[in-house]
Amino acid sequence: MKRLFFGGIHPKYNKEMSTGITEFKSIAPKQVVIPMQQHIGAPCTPMVQKGNLVKLGQKIGDGEGLCVPVHASVSGKVVAVEPRPHTSGRDVMAVVIENDFQDTAVEMVGCDDPIEKMDKDAVLHAIREAGIVGMGGAAFPGNVKALSSMGNVDTLIANACECEPYITADDSLLRTNPEQVLKGMRILGTVLQPQRIVLAVEDNKAQAIEKLKTLLPDYPQIEMKVLPTRYPQGAEKQLVQSVTGREVLPGKLPVSVGCAVFNVSTFAAIYRAVRKGMPLTQRIVTISGEAIAQPQNFIVRIGTPFHDLVAAAGGLNDKTERVISGGPMMGFAQKDLSVPVIKATNSILCLLKDVNGAAENPVCLRCGKCVGVCPMLLQPLYMYRFVNSGRLDELQRLNLMDCMECGSCAFTCPGKLPLVETFRKGKGLLREASKK
Amino acid sequence: MKLTVASSPHIRGNFRTSRIMMDVVLALMPALAVGAFVLGVRALLVTAVCVVSAVAAEWAYSLATKSRQTIVDGSAVVTGVLLALTLPHTIPLWQAVLGSVFAIVVAKALCGGLGQNVFNPALAGRAFLMLISPLGMTRYQGLDGVTSATPLHHMVFPELPSESVLDMFLGKCPGSIGELSALALLAGGVYLVIRKVISPRIPVAYLGCVAVLTLVFHKTNAPLQWMLYSLFSGGVMLGAIFMATDYATSPATAMGQWIFGVGCGVLTVVFRYYGIFPEGVTYAILLMNAFVWVIDRYTAPRRFGVKKGGAKQ
Repeated sequence: MKRLFFGGIHPKYNKEMSTGITEFKSIAPKQVVIPMQQHIGAPCTPMVQKGNLVKLGQKIGDGEGLCVPVHASVSGKVVAVEPRPHTSGRDVMAVVIENDFQDTAVEMVGCDDPIEKMDKDAVLHAIREAGIVGMGGAAFPGNVKALSSMGNVDTLIANACECEPYITADDSLLRTNPEQVLKGMRILGTVLQPQRIVLAVEDNKAQAIEKLKTLLPDYPQIEMKVLPTRYPQGAEKQLVQSVTGREVLPGKLPVSVGCAVFNVSTFAAIYRAVRKGMPLTQRIVTISGEAIAQPQNFIVRIGTPFHDLVAAAGGLNDKTERVISGGPMMGFAQKDLSVPVIKATNSILCLLKDVNGAAENPVCLRCGKCVGVCPMLLQPLYMYRFVNSGRLDELQRLNLMDCMECGSCAFTCPGKLPLVETFRKGKGLLREASKK
Repeated sequence: MKLTVASSPHIRGNFRTSRIMMDVVLALMPALAVGAFVLGVRALLVTAVCVVSAVAAEWAYSLATKSRQTIVDGSAVVTGVLLALTLPHTIPLWQAVLGSVFAIVVAKALCGGLGQNVFNPALAGRAFLMLISPLGMTRYQGLDGVTSATPLHHMVFPELPSESVLDMFLGKCPGSIGELSALALLAGGVYLVIRKVISPRIPVAYLGCVAVLTLVFHKTNAPLQWMLYSLFSGGVMLGAIFMATDYATSPATAMGQWIFGVGCGVLTVVFRYYGIFPEGVTYAILLMNAFVWVIDRYTAPRRFGVKKGGAKQ
């Protein structure tokens, strides 16, 4: 099979685990914890105080600079404004709202203008005011990416690869609400005016692809590109390479080679924001893994604690070893299930003890498999060696900073070396050294 | 419930060191079987002695240095089998023991252990035995039990060996335990490639290079036959498929592996044509081993997003 990007691996995908239940339940949490930091950039400042009553969709935090607002995902009473555990592992300022289960909403006004008459600035404004961030995991403010892409891109890519194992949130969206995605793409297409608008999907999503094929004739400006499944194709740089053949320059964003990539969930959120005036207060979340009773997808309000989802999915197996926010390759292991779902949370993954996990005494055989699978053309075996011996000059030469921590090397390593962990440490050393 | 907080990735493939070692041993079995069938049961005895002494040396070294016990990774078994396959079945058993201990202790453990050694341990063991006992290492018996010259000895003169090319391909000729049958060795190599234990790059480059050089610089007036005899005689198959592909002592980059294979091929032919021994595989590979790190350094893949030479796209 022709390789569209370098390296990569074929982990066991286990996607069918969470696609059996096709009716997505909505979860009504008693309390939501809405962090003021759900995006890359400056945190929001809370706009409400303890005791305030808030409506669904009401803006409860905003800020200056690289920042998008956050909104109440339920109506009810603010019971606390204080730092709370966050999926990043740190405590982050959050607004805690007691749900009154009334869903009393703020007035939401969408734009009815025909697509060709839409005002670009108004669209960008609506995207910002709705608090939209990249929903694939990176959580970059949507309006900022769109603005920086204006006039600079010839290709707009909708990312439906969802290349991490287990996760089926984007797949679920495409199977149930593909029109929202396509309409969102058309809206952003009008703003950015690219030559190509591509919906990129991996070929392991047959149902979604069928559904899209029936709809695409109504969207002549959008082309669908079905890619052979391989991890990490959904990583921005790899997807740009797969779709256009271009390589994003080191340390740069896709816009440097004329591309803008947004997740399909982000496009759906853009559609709802622009056409319905709806802020980003809910999303689809996959809960899956061998350790959860009923793996499935839920429609989840932002701020819903993980334990509510775990309970709704039938609870955890007693032998659960890890609960991960995100996917098994790049997600973050959580110690505390009171952490809330945030805008970028696409999955909660519950895993039993992994028989192939890290070795007690990892030994590098120099087999070189890590070199073959690295999508960034790095040499993990030498990077590992030189982090451990503290050779910063060698790490610089080996372009350690180009590593995106996709974990392909660590997945493949027969010696079970803690490669990604070590590379994070090495990057820390390099960053520290460059400050001096 | 206590949840583990650890770094991603949270899943790993089922490729394991011990599985790799097991696969290599399995891949060597056809060659060993041919050796035992052609040369007799003493071939198995020599192999058993090498394996037991290699594993014992590994165990004793860990014990003596109070370091972690490493025999479970299976690499000592591989070294033992590999060394045995390079030896004549007539070798005195004490020499087999000595070679194995040298391979494990000096060539591997003292260099830092698995993955750290510069020189292929089995070949280092063989080279050591060649130095201390050149006679024991070159006394080959023919199929009738009488000491005789291997096909490679004939080629020194230079003349074509008396065996047919097909006999040599199948292994009906005198020689070291594991080098007799090109067919058996190729079968093992194909198995390793299918199991993704090795990439075919080094063997293809190595054997391809030997083939081209012996075809062009043939020493008899039958170039094609000269080339085939060159490929099927001596240790070049065993070396190209099993020794030159040793992880620790071969390059990790794709381009590096091609260069390494070609280097081994060139040196093998040079040593065979101009050396004092009929065979050159051992020293060709050992010499190339010394260049592995430098080859890797200068064959590093280009940086993602930057064309070769540093120019922007």
